Amino acid sequence: MKQSMTLGKVTKFIGLAGFLGTVKNMFTGKLEKEDFKNFLRKVIVPLASIFLFFGLWYLGSKSLYNIEAEHRIYKALVEQGPTEAEKVRTCIASGDISCQPNTLPSPAQVWESYKMLLADHYAISADKQAFKEKTAALNVKRIANGEAPIVYTGRPSFVDQILTSLKTVFAGFLLALFIAVPIGIVIGLSKTLRSSVNWIIQIFKPVSPVVWLLLVFMIVKTLNKDSSGDSSFIISFISVGLCSMWATLVNTAMGVSSVDKDYINVAKVLKLGPVQKVFKVILPSSLPLIFTGLRITLSVAWMVLIAIELLAQSPGLGSFVWEEFQNGAVDSNSKIIVAMFVIGLIGFLLDRIMLTIQKMISFNKNDGI
Amino acid sequence: MSSTIIDQKYRHFDIENGIVYSSDVMLDLSKLKKVYPTPKGDHVVLEDLNLQIMKEEFVTIIGHSGCGKTTMLSMIAGLNPISGGNIAVLGHHIKGPGPDRGVIFQSPSLMPWMTSLQNVMLGVNQVFPHATKAQRTDIAKYYLQKVGLEDAFNKKATELSQGMQQRVGIARAFAIKPKVLLLDEPFGMLDSLTRGELQDILIEIWNKEKITAVMITHDVDEAIFLADRVVMMTSGPKAKIGDILNIDFERPRTRKAVLEHNDYYKYRKHLIDFLEH
Ligand SMILES: Nc1ncnc2c1ncn2[C@@H]1O[C@H](COP(=O)(O)OP(=O)(O)O)[C@@H](O)[C@H]1O
Ligand SMILES: [Mg+2]
Repeated sequence: MKQSMTLGKVTKFIGLAGFLGTVKNMFTGKLEKEDFKNFLRKVIVPLASIFLFFGLWYLGSKSLYNIEAEHRIYKALVEQGPTEAEKVRTCIASGDISCQPNTLPSPAQVWESYKMLLADHYAISADKQAFKEKTAALNVKRIANGEAPIVYTGRPSFVDQILTSLKTVFAGFLLALFIAVPIGIVIGLSKTLRSSVNWIIQIFKPVSPVVWLLLVFMIVKTLNKDSSGDSSFIISFISVGLCSMWATLVNTAMGVSSVDKDYINVAKVLKLGPVQKVFKVILPSSLPLIFTGLRITLSVAWMVLIAIELLAQSPGLGSFVWEEFQNGAVDSNSKIIVAMFVIGLIGFLLDRIMLTIQKMISFNKNDGI
Repeated sequence: MSSTIIDQKYRHFDIENGIVYSSDVMLDLSKLKKVYPTPKGDHVVLEDLNLQIMKEEFVTIIGHSGCGKTTMLSMIAGLNPISGGNIAVLGHHIKGPGPDRGVIFQSPSLMPWMTSLQNVMLGVNQVFPHATKAQRTDIAKYYLQKVGLEDAFNKKATELSQGMQQRVGIARAFAIKPKVLLLDEPFGMLDSLTRGELQDILIEIWNKEKITAVMITHDVDEAIFLADRVVMMTSGPKAKIGDILNIDFERPRTRKAVLEHNDYYKYRKHLIDFLEH
């Protein structure tokens, strides 16, 4: 009972409740005739769209494969003559790795890469664990002698990269929150301030993540000259924060400045002091809008993170994608597609978490967003 | 009519303005004027409006929609600046809003993120800062019980119906023990059954507390049932007091007794005649 309840919560959380509910009704025979339309809408159409998606993907990758193959054979024919061209053709047909056309991978190839990345992760984790056990005794001694312990410096696995990205996006999000919410409140409270800083917001809001990165790079590089530590994490999380904070800033200011006049009148009649007025009336009433802003901020942060990691050479999914692209190995393209799905899924989950929080704090529980 | 009924020995002088007040006067509006500047020139809503309201008096105000009733009430509350004339509570000119003038708004205006108890406590904490927490909670709970919400202390405002929310509004207003209670069509948005219930609740608490009350209504029966005097405002612009009707039913009143009283239809006709001319 308890388990099925939490399962229900989970499916509702990821937005699958309608689908699974209808499927369940189908098997338990509760499906009425008037439910048919519902069934069509919630089960058949989504399933069809999934098949269509993979079908198109498969066909697309196959035709791109053929185009690429033909191109190689043609090139060999023009440059090296018919015998070489025939060699290339048989090589491609044999499936030999050395001459495979490198293009959009098929769904099956991506699935293979996914399994490989996972296996790679387990291998690295095991390696790490072994290393830890091996050095444990030595490290205790080193620490006792005041020396730095030996740390694992092997290649990070795909899962490690994901965790690094999550860490960076979380740090950037917190930075955005701590900058944008207080400033938003102050701006929201004062009409004069609002109109005097409006130009800053309007001008900086549309600036591309790349430019923010460069700006942060200039500043951090100067400030961080002496410290030997790697500043790429700092640079990327600050850039993420600066890019993504604008939605929260604007929403907070709007929420604070547009508190229901009735609430303000109540505060006036009761002669609430400024602190009480802000904390008891203005902030609670603008919380829903603040969270709407934070939700946008988090999704923007996740979106720009990949680009910023890629450019800042800081570890994470972005540099994973970039390295694979530079690498150009046979399975690089399918690894990139795996990363694409992972990025999409994590972005989706982050948004769902924010949506859940947002629903929790909205006064009107029926507000669907 | 006002000053003639006041016993001469209670009179004293307001030094500032040299105006004569009776100590029985709770609220005094004199030569009140309100001008809203508009793009098409000044819009004079109220002009030369004079009204005195006695202690422990319940006054209802009727007038055509848009004549300036809300404007007048929000000026008394201090939420709307005065363009001319004076408003005094117990002889002192008002300076902005304050908890000596409690307001029950047309919409319940509860903080939706607070429970009904917290909504009432917001005011009580402010007005009785030196009482202990327990004492303040008791006050808030007492008034919530009075409006029949003993089972809804911890319900969020959004979980309550409109009528229930307005009950909290009533409790919140009485709990801060104001000198004057200002009500702007507080039951205007409710269905007639709920409106009747709330009128009964309001008048029951009022009978006990006798807080001077000024209530705007567009319902003639409500105006008669609740009031000692019904004040009729002329239609704007430049609205003023057109007529005042004394309601001489004894208190406490019951709706049944009021409806069966011989004078009831005479009062009703008086008000309707005023509104129709
Ligand atoms: N803030 C305002 N600015 C300009 N005109 C206003 C404003 N508030 C009310 N009015 C005008 O003043 C008149 C009286 O309004 P109000 O006091 O709300 O009337 P009532 O409550 O009697 O229906 C109306 O003509 C209205 O349009
Ligand atoms: Mg009005």
